[in-house]
Amino acid sequence: MTLMLSAWTIGLILSLLSLGTYISFRVFHFPDITVDGSLTLGAAAAAIMIVKGHNPLVATAVGALAGALAGATTGVLNTRFGINKLLAGILTMTALYSINLHVMGKSNVPLLSSKSLITMAESSMSRVVSRETISIAGWEIARRDFSSLLFALFCAAVIGLVMYWFFRTNAGSAMRATGDNEQMIRALGVSVENMTIIGVALSNGLVALAGALLAQYQGFADVQMGIGTVVWGLASVIIGEALVASDSLGFTIIGAIMGSVLFRLMVAIALRWGLDPNDLKLITAAFVFVALIVPTFAKRWTARRRMASYARAA
Amino acid sequence: MLELHNVVKHFTAEAGRPVLALDHLTLRAEEGSFITVIGTNGSGKSTLQGAIAGSIPVDSGTIRIAGVDVTRWPEHRRASMIGRVFQNPFSGTAPNLTVAENLALAARRGQSRRLGWVLGRRTREQMRDRVAGLGMGLESRLDTAIGLLSGGQRQALTLLMATLVRPKLLLLDEHTAALDPKSADQVVRLTRQIVERERLTTFMVTHSMHQAATVGDRLLMMHQGGIIMDCEGAAKRRLRADELLRRFEDLRRRELLDEGAAELIRVAYV
Repeated sequence: MTLMLSAWTIGLILSLLSLGTYISFRVFHFPDITVDGSLTLGAAAAAIMIVKGHNPLVATAVGALAGALAGATTGVLNTRFGINKLLAGILTMTALYSINLHVMGKSNVPLLSSKSLITMAESSMSRVVSRETISIAGWEIARRDFSSLLFALFCAAVIGLVMYWFFRTNAGSAMRATGDNEQMIRALGVSVENMTIIGVALSNGLVALAGALLAQYQGFADVQMGIGTVVWGLASVIIGEALVASDSLGFTIIGAIMGSVLFRLMVAIALRWGLDPNDLKLITAAFVFVALIVPTFAKRWTARRRMASYARAA
Repeated sequence: MLELHNVVKHFTAEAGRPVLALDHLTLRAEEGSFITVIGTNGSGKSTLQGAIAGSIPVDSGTIRIAGVDVTRWPEHRRASMIGRVFQNPFSGTAPNLTVAENLALAARRGQSRRLGWVLGRRTREQMRDRVAGLGMGLESRLDTAIGLLSGGQRQALTLLMATLVRPKLLLLDEHTAALDPKSADQVVRLTRQIVERERLTTFMVTHSMHQAATVGDRLLMMHQGGIIMDCEGAAKRRLRADELLRRFEDLRRRELLDEGAAELIRVAYV
């Protein structure tokens, strides 16, 4: 049960990653690899500030801002210097590896007993619930785990709502239109370059926020923790799209959040069944590969079947 | 309203000499004039439109719109003055956004876009009225993704979007060329209606001799990066499509002859 609970919590925290990936991959069609570095950057910046005794809220915000800055760098490399999108992301990501080490000063920063957003969530819950464990539907759940889950749910809900609101504003709609049809939005007076930079910055800001929260939940930041982030995010987005099967903005956002949770639950179950953790990234990559090619093959297959039925009719 | 002075544009080909697309082109268009532009393939008519819109930077010369020198302005900045409709009906609208959202985006052409709702109740009502004005029954489909509409419907909406905020200059780039004849007629009729009602300065590139002869009050024929025919007023009204076609054939024959001659010389001397 604890395993499931932590899968839920991590899934909700990483739903911010999934929403960030949604912005870069789906809104902008920008395959952004910066996130591998910016997740770690968010975690590193937040962790080091927390250890140095800053307010965890400020530390988390700084982590997210640092990620946004990294994203903006990728955006500038792509739009102002004409570097290929993938390569721009790779350059920033590679640079971030060194930067993250500099930020942390070593490869791993444990948070131990520092005050973090997670401990703050627990202490505010302890004011309502005095027992160490909470019984829900017959399960005994540690108060700390339950408060973390609620806090992660709160973050995902707030960010999801803010995103829903933003994409229905003048600026947000222009952003969606930029990904949809550059020629059109340019003719309506929007700088596609600036909009792309802002979009990729926003995306990486969310990913870094996920990193900052993840570090506080798991109790450490590690320079390796971001490896594979792109693929996690993409897997969550794809699962989410399959879950909601709708193009409407609200459902897509809910889908991205649900996709992230479901992905984490699947990972937890696979590990429970004895999957070697070392194989996890290989299997995730294979899963994304299948998810990416299935629509193409499905289309080809239905086309072929239709041809065959025409041939029979004729 | 629109002034071009000595505008030059070269395109560099992969191999060989640069091609002169606009050859010291000078043009003045009065406020409220409706200009149609025809020309052979490669005559520079699309380049001219791109140069005015800002999508094609020019080598030299100046471009002024409403007295403002916009020669060095990027495309998105010129959008505050220019409304555009493209040849491809899919180019002017964002397919995954709804009809109402597309219109609302166009309602802020050239203005800042902040964090106000894109579709408030009032904007929505206004958009419904404007769409109803097209007389195509699209007002019941405001919440449909615009990508689900036909090419003709999308082009009519693009035209509406381009003129939602009154542009100082309306650029139409063969905007009926990709439509079926019936939709093309409808879009041309709408174009005339909107341009006349709003008294818009309009610059329309077209492939259709018939359109060129019957629409607008001034006609330009382009060839090899320059304007070789410019008629307006009574002369334009007298103009017939078959006459234009004849002049066009003349041009093409002369061009063929040129190429034939060049070939002869190459065979003889190289």
